[in-house]
Amino acid sequence: MVMTQRGKTVARSVRLRRQLLAILGVFAALCSPFAPDAMRPANAGQQAADAITTIAIVYVKEDRERLPPLSLLDFRPPNEGYDGAKLAIEDNNTTGRFLKQSFTLGAIIGGTRDELIANVVAEAKAGVGFFVVDATAETLLAMADALKGLPAVIFNAGASDQRLREEDCRANVKHTSASNAMLTDALAQYLAWKQWRNVVMVSGPQPEDKLYAASLRHSIKRYGLKLLAEKEFTYEPGSRRADGGYEQVQQQIPTFTDAFPEHDVLLVADVANQFGAYFPYRTRTARPVAGTHGLYPTSWHPASELWGATQFQNRFQRLAGRNMNELDYAAWMAVRSIGEAATRTSSGEPKVLIDYMLSPKFELAAFKGQKLTYRPWNAQIREPIFVATPKIHVSVSPQIGFLHQVTVLDTLGIDRPETKCAAFN
Amino acid sequence: MNAALKFICATLVATVVVASAAMPAFAYRAFVSNEKDNTISVIDTEALKVIETMKVGQRPRGVILANGGAWLLVCTSDDNRIEVYDAKTYQFIKNLPSGPDPELMEIHPSGNPLYVANEDDNIVTVVDIEEGRILAEVPVGVEPEGMAVSPDGKLVVNTSETTNMAHFIDSTSHETVANILVDNRPRVAQFTSDGKQLWVSAEIGGTVTIIDVAKKEPIHKISFEIAGINADAIQPVGMRINKAGTKAYVALGPANRIAVIDAKTYKVEKYILVGQRVWNLAFTPDEKQLLTTNGVSNDVTVIDVAKERAVKSVPVGRYPWGVVVSED
Repeated sequence: MVMTQRGKTVARSVRLRRQLLAILGVFAALCSPFAPDAMRPANAGQQAADAITTIAIVYVKEDRERLPPLSLLDFRPPNEGYDGAKLAIEDNNTTGRFLKQSFTLGAIIGGTRDELIANVVAEAKAGVGFFVVDATAETLLAMADALKGLPAVIFNAGASDQRLREEDCRANVKHTSASNAMLTDALAQYLAWKQWRNVVMVSGPQPEDKLYAASLRHSIKRYGLKLLAEKEFTYEPGSRRADGGYEQVQQQIPTFTDAFPEHDVLLVADVANQFGAYFPYRTRTARPVAGTHGLYPTSWHPASELWGATQFQNRFQRLAGRNMNELDYAAWMAVRSIGEAATRTSSGEPKVLIDYMLSPKFELAAFKGQKLTYRPWNAQIREPIFVATPKIHVSVSPQIGFLHQVTVLDTLGIDRPETKCAAFN
Repeated sequence: MNAALKFICATLVATVVVASAAMPAFAYRAFVSNEKDNTISVIDTEALKVIETMKVGQRPRGVILANGGAWLLVCTSDDNRIEVYDAKTYQFIKNLPSGPDPELMEIHPSGNPLYVANEDDNIVTVVDIEEGRILAEVPVGVEPEGMAVSPDGKLVVNTSETTNMAHFIDSTSHETVANILVDNRPRVAQFTSDGKQLWVSAEIGGTVTIIDVAKKEPIHKISFEIAGINADAIQPVGMRINKAGTKAYVALGPANRIAVIDAKTYKVEKYILVGQRVWNLAFTPDEKQLLTTNGVSNDVTVIDVAKERAVKSVPVGRYPWGVVVSED
């Protein structure tokens, strides 16, 4: 599979770079305290002659087996996530330059789950306090448990699973990725605002599809929509490259949607990107498609120029040569959160920064038009969510009229009174 | 009203009418940049209506007057330049180089040079407006935004939105002499007329930081609280401090209000309701009126400064952004 091959190439090149940088690291610390990418020992800052504080951050990426997506446009960029973290390191270091703080970014990529976790634990024992992680929920939980007792925190940038914020929450995990509940609530609010209340749903067979579908059901109920009917879409995994298959698809989708009662919107839950793109413009009745395809909720949109994002998008384009996606944005927020905490506390101590990020004083400016904070009961970042089409955003939730006694951002996702997370009590 | 008072009033009104008829220059003209329309609306501050709409370059934002008030300078951000217009005839004169994506600018009290914040390039560009030449580029933080020059012309200040600092630059050596941390997303910086204080608004932080210029350190932070308005919606941007240094006015963005502040005690005295998403402010030269640009409601609110009341909304183009008022 293309993705895996590309992924491994990256893993190799990053590993090679790490070895090189480990050697160069000491020189970098002595010569240039601001070498942005240098991996170096956590106590290099104290070893350096001047009073520069070094804050080491490591990006961790699990090799994930993914089915190739339906559309060639949806292959995932090889350095996704890492590039977002890198941009934030540059942003942090510009501020750091004035405050004698230096931020470094290392990377641990690939390997088996056990190897990945062992590498992370080794770095934590060497003094690294911050890990920005793109991994499955299982790996992330195992990693969090392995880090228990060490002064280190994980930023979950890549897993939207609700359970990581709920029954399986951990005190040493913060979430800069949006949860499924935040995403589907954002969509449901918009549909409620449009008064498109009657919905039907098609969901896929993959575990992540089922989680997304469950989240949609929850949001439908929460915001007073009506789920009239549901169907599962089954397929042979990896059969995407049926050359010239449009004739059949054009016939199959109307037939598949035939049995649905009259509705306003057809919802699709296809996180794995295997069939959702077949639905817009092919359904029996002329109804909009929403969910993972058609009109979709997302924490970041590469075309957003709202709230001064133009320069942010430009900076990312210059750095990565591509558009910024949700994972890049989540990684950027994680690294910027660390930077913001270091700036405000004038400290590089992981414990001080971790405490500050959970305090009511913490706030992050992240091109969403208002300050972003972490929910104190499960360390999930609060944020507005785009409701978008692939080209441009249609709206941003929370929608006008949805109210909350603390912050309207808490109308998105599982709220404090309903939470099952007890790790922060 | 007694007869004598009536007579005085009538005389006064007559005098004003005669004076304004004889010397139309008594009405100031306000120039408002419309970010989405690529135009400048020219408002007669006495008639309180738009008397001219100037077509300018793409995405006009910061506007100021230069060359003794004869020139109107417009940052046309998407054209990466500063356009110079005749402030009386509204005719185009020339372009000035600005560095990429110019947003806000400030001119040296001597009339030259011009200091431009280049939002997309982490620099402040120093431009000679006579010769149309870039004199220097000063590296600052990420996303430079607000610009201010001290009344004595010795210090230039730039705010950087993502670095969250006010950068103090020596206007002779172009060296950065101090970097002062403020709250998140600093926007506008303004010196008091005596040059002793610098006020910096922080849009996401929701505060205004007051910096002692001699000591180069923050001495006070103003927060805002409005009943019935979510704290997240209170986003300070534009600021004006009167010449006497007694009152300051801060535009609060999506809170749709202007805060009136006692500039000595830093106490917020009042909130004036204006149009939606209020960003920038300008006094008329007599400080009797304060004009606000309201980006979402596409209008300018005119505030009677003495009465501390909004007296009129003047519809302008789409997404009004910056405002400057002529001296005559």
